[in-house]
Formats: sequence, C-alpha cells, structure tokens
Amino acid sequence: MKQKFNIITSTCVPLPLENVDTDQIIPARFLKATDKKGFGENLFRDWRYDKQGNPIKDFVLNDPTYSGVVLVAGKNFGSGSSREHAAWAIADYGFRVVVSSFFADIHKNNELNNFVLPVVVSEQFLQELFDSISANPKMEVEVNLPNQTITNKATGKSEQFEINAYKKHCLINGLDDIDFLLENKDKIEAWEKKNER
Amino acid sequence: MNTLFDKIWDAHVVQQIEDGPTQLYIDRLYCHEVTSPQAFAGMKQRGLKCLRPAQIFCMPDHNTPTHDQDKPIEDPVSKKQVDTLAQNAADFGLNHFGMMHPKNGIIHVVGPERGLSLPGMTIVCGDSHTSTHGAMGAVAFGIGTSEVEMVLASQCILQQKPKSMRINISGSLGRGVTAKDVALYLMSKISTSGATGYFVEYAGSVVKDLSMEGRLTLCNLSIEMGARGGFIAPDEKTFDYLKGREYAPTGEAWDKAVAYWKTLKSGEDAVFDKELCFDGADIQPMITYGTNPGMGMSITDCIPTLEGMGEAAQASFMKSMNYMGFQPGQRLLGHPIDYVFLGACTNGRIEDFRAFASVVKGKKKADGVTAWLVPGSWAVDQQIRMEGLDVVLKDAGFEIRQPGCSACLAMNDDKIPVGKYSVSTSNRNFEGRQGPGSRTILASPLVAAAAAITGVLTDPRTII
Repeated sequence: MKQKFNIITSTCVPLPLENVDTDQIIPARFLKATDKKGFGENLFRDWRYDKQGNPIKDFVLNDPTYSGVVLVAGKNFGSGSSREHAAWAIADYGFRVVVSSFFADIHKNNELNNFVLPVVVSEQFLQELFDSISANPKMEVEVNLPNQTITNKATGKSEQFEINAYKKHCLINGLDDIDFLLENKDKIEAWEKKNER
Repeated sequence: MNTLFDKIWDAHVVQQIEDGPTQLYIDRLYCHEVTSPQAFAGMKQRGLKCLRPAQIFCMPDHNTPTHDQDKPIEDPVSKKQVDTLAQNAADFGLNHFGMMHPKNGIIHVVGPERGLSLPGMTIVCGDSHTSTHGAMGAVAFGIGTSEVEMVLASQCILQQKPKSMRINISGSLGRGVTAKDVALYLMSKISTSGATGYFVEYAGSVVKDLSMEGRLTLCNLSIEMGARGGFIAPDEKTFDYLKGREYAPTGEAWDKAVAYWKTLKSGEDAVFDKELCFDGADIQPMITYGTNPGMGMSITDCIPTLEGMGEAAQASFMKSMNYMGFQPGQRLLGHPIDYVFLGACTNGRIEDFRAFASVVKGKKKADGVTAWLVPGSWAVDQQIRMEGLDVVLKDAGFEIRQPGCSACLAMNDDKIPVGKYSVSTSNRNFEGRQGPGSRTILASPLVAAAAAITGVLTDPRTII
C-alpha cells in the first residue's frame, strides 16, 4: 500500500456525522481476514447495505451525486477500536484523504501508516466545506501536502494543517516506519545494554 | 513535567527524531489473532525475524467460542485466524497460550493475572483496551497492525509523545457504586473525545481505595474517553497483588524491583497539561442510553433532551435514539431487557463474578432473559469453581461459559439478535457491536445482575 503523496485535487464525499467509530467503518465480523485485501467492499457496511445485502439508497457511498478520493467527516472520526482494518477499508475503497475537525489518536496513526492523509481543519472550515459540497457536489478541494494546506475551491478559502516533518517526508517519499527502525538497530541494542534488568 | 508518565516514557526513549515521533522501547508486546496476521505476513515478506521473541506473548481470544473449546472451531474463517496465530508464534519462536491452554483467556485479563504486566513497563498490543495494564503502573496503550509489525521487528515503536492529564477522584464511593460506574461517569462528563491526545493518570482517594481489579476496570475504559492510555501509580496494593504471580520477579530480583517500583510516582511539583477533579459522592450506578460509551447517566436519571444541542449533534443524537428505540427525556428504570452479558476485559474477573453472584444468590433468573456469563480466563474460571460461585449461579439459573471476548464484540457465535436489549458489562455500545442491530446498555456487574433477576433495568441498591 506504499504510495507517494503530493498534491491531490478532488471532489468530496460528505459524511456529516460526529463520533463515527471504527466499528461503523468496518464491523467486527469482517475482521477475520488474514490479509489486507478487499476491506473496501465492507467500508461502512451496515450503513451502506441492508440486512439482505442491498445498497441503502440514501447512504452517501451509494449516491452517485458524490464521488472523489476525499472523505469529509464530522468531528471525532475513528474513535473506539484500534483496528487498522478501518484504515485498510478506507484506503482500499480509494480514499486518499480524510478531512475532519478532530480525529481519534490510534485511527489517525493507522491512516498515516497506510498512506491515507488525515487533515484536521477548524470547525468553521469543516462546516463551510459541508455547505459548499451540499450546494455543489462537483466542487473540489485541493490538498497540498508539501505546503500543508487545504483549499475549498468553491470559496477559495485555505487553511494550514499540521503534520510532523518526519511523517510528511515518509508520505511524500513512500517510506514506512519499519524501514526507519531497521536502520537504527544499533541504537536499540545500545539502549538495551544501558538498561539491562 | 516530572509526572510519572514522563518518568516511564523518558526511561524508554531510544531516540527522539527531530520534528518527528519518539523511538520508544517496548518491554512487552501482546498479540491476539485479529490484529496480528497482517503484521506477521509483513515480517515474512520482508524476511525478518523478531528482535526479542521472549518479550512477546500471543493468545487467541476474540474468535474463541465460549463452549466446546476442546473441539475444532466450527466457523472456518475464525478457525483460520486462530490457527494462523499459532503458526506464526511457532514460526517466530514466540510464547503462545492457545485455546484450552490453562493460561489462555482474554489477553488483558491474562497479562496482569500472570504477572506479565509490571510497574514501569511499556506495554503495547493491537487492541485499544491495552490501557487495562495501566492499573499495574505501566504505560500501556493500543496500537494498529503496522505498529505491531514495528515492534515485532525492532521491539520499538515510533510514537508522538501524548500530553499528560491527571484525573483526581476524591471522597469515597457510595453503596452499589463500582469502578465501572466511575468510568462511565467520567465519560458522561467529558465525552468519548474528552481525553484524546492525552495519557491519563488516575489519582485521589477513590482510586487509591479501588481494589486492583477495580483499577483494571477503570484503566480499561480510558480509551473510551479518547485517552491514549490510563494508569495508576503503583502502591503496596499493587506489590501485594503481583507477589508470587508466575512471571513476576522472585527472590533478590523481586526486592530490587519493588525498590524501583516504589520510586514510580508523580512528583509533588508535577505539572500536567490538564487536570480534572471529581467527587466520588456524585457518582451513582450508571447505565448508557445511546450508541457511544459517553452517552451515559445515573440509572435513576432521564435521557437528556435536545435542548441546547447544535444541529450536527442533534442529528447524531437522534440517529442514536432511533437505533436504541428510546426517546429524548425518557426514563429507563423499569425498561424491559432481553440479554445480560457478564464478562469482557472490562468486567470478566473474579471480583466481577463475586459481585454478580452476591446479587443473584438465592434468587432466580427472570424468565425471558438470556444470560451469558463468560470468565475472562481459565484462571478466573478455576477460581469461580474453587469459591463455589458456580453453584450459587447455577442455583439461580445461570450457567458459566468458557473464556474469551465473546459477546463484547460478537466475533464468535455469541451475538445479540436484532433489536434486542442487552445489559452488558463490556466496554462499547456502538451500533452493531454485539451483533448486527443489537442494542447495548453498558453497566456494572451489579446492575447487570439486578436486570438479570428482574428482567428490567433495576437500581441494584434496591436489591442488595
């Protein structure tokens, strides 16, 4: 899933609900796989399909009005379980960016570790974004990782977002943390020696 | 600064990456079958070995059936996941307590009870309830599968240092009020995101007075406030609990360890990024009414009304009410229930079974209520039988199942049917958590027991 990340311009898929937990993103009964493939099919499974497996028409992923690689969600996105399957489902479905005013910690890390960029914006920016999408579902946002900005192209308003320099470097260059840790084995052994118990 | 969290964290820093995360040394990694297979697969793909296999303990718990564990698991997909963990543990030379192994159980129950989780340690697991081990005075937190792979490979993790928070709970708890109620009360006050970005130290007389098992329950639920983890400074109670446990140090090593553990406390001058204070006297037996654990109230209260709620909040609140089949403003005391679940890493320990048994002793389970009583481990199961609680429970119409996560997240066959109300001692009431369409009311073992014998939501103080 290593992908390089730079500037993304896309229409958005709006999910204006708060406290979307990882059990909703991917219910537990789909966690039995032993590989990372195919989780996108079951992204938001119980909101997206009824008990017979038919698509629920008014759920946003089933509404052809909305498309794009940017998911826009209400505050406290990804709370609850640490399951990385939630990030795999989001990535496998095709999302590259998730925008919200607040993310749960573990899920945020999981997104970053799967080359999905969580973008934290202000409450006001988020609300305006929902308004712009609802006024024109074809409106676009530009997410510029090198400059750390997100732009609502309907209003022209931009906001800076935070990401640490290390993780930014990883995303732009398609590197993961294990590559880094393996290069630092001597430091690990030195720490162990110093802290012998 | 000078908080206990700083002390433990700083002692484990291998290096600080400039404008980046910390490379943190991990003393103990726990692996269960659900969040580890892709990490092991990644290791194999890269051709790596585990750096410190002796520090890694694996056990299946999420998929395990709660009956006939001596027979093969019927669900082929569950079976494959459990078998994969056993194979990976063998391939990488890791400790493994498989199904039916006397040391098997829910990973967060087994770690403390075997003395594997010790004060001052850093402990991780691909499971958000890893915060449980914080009760031992350890910095313990849940991680994703990519991070599990990092630890398998390097015994380290890259992690941004969280901010520190202290939650003081002064005074004492009233009759019928338990550690579970304390946690549900905190969440109802600060919401499921109130501690996001923080590592919480619990302190104050209420916390000091809790038993070790009560502390495990409280720390277990830290993640439900959004916290990265939650822990309690070790004290004599901690040392007494750990002494003689299988993997705890012995002899001279024990004395040396205790001397070190005694230094593990926040300084008098410690400065926390945030500090919150509550009074134990304000806490009543709690229940949840909605679809996140922060939607909780005293069992005698009414569900909040929409008054003063913003538009987005109202939409989420009403979605939750519709799912639960409740109305804003409704009183839930006396509301009929269908299922009772006692167990999970939250309340699957011996004290929880003692509490449940104390309420139902000499009474009968209500007709129409299905009760699942699932010990957190085989050790808990054995203790239940040793104390004769199995007889008390059987006389009251309850049977004890075999250990595992069970109906907490319904990855095995223990699923609450669509639309049914479950009073559950577990940790999450999310939509569909206990099975598609299930309606979960989180509560303490006492509240669960009171509901089990009356068939309706009942204040346990009217029974005990």
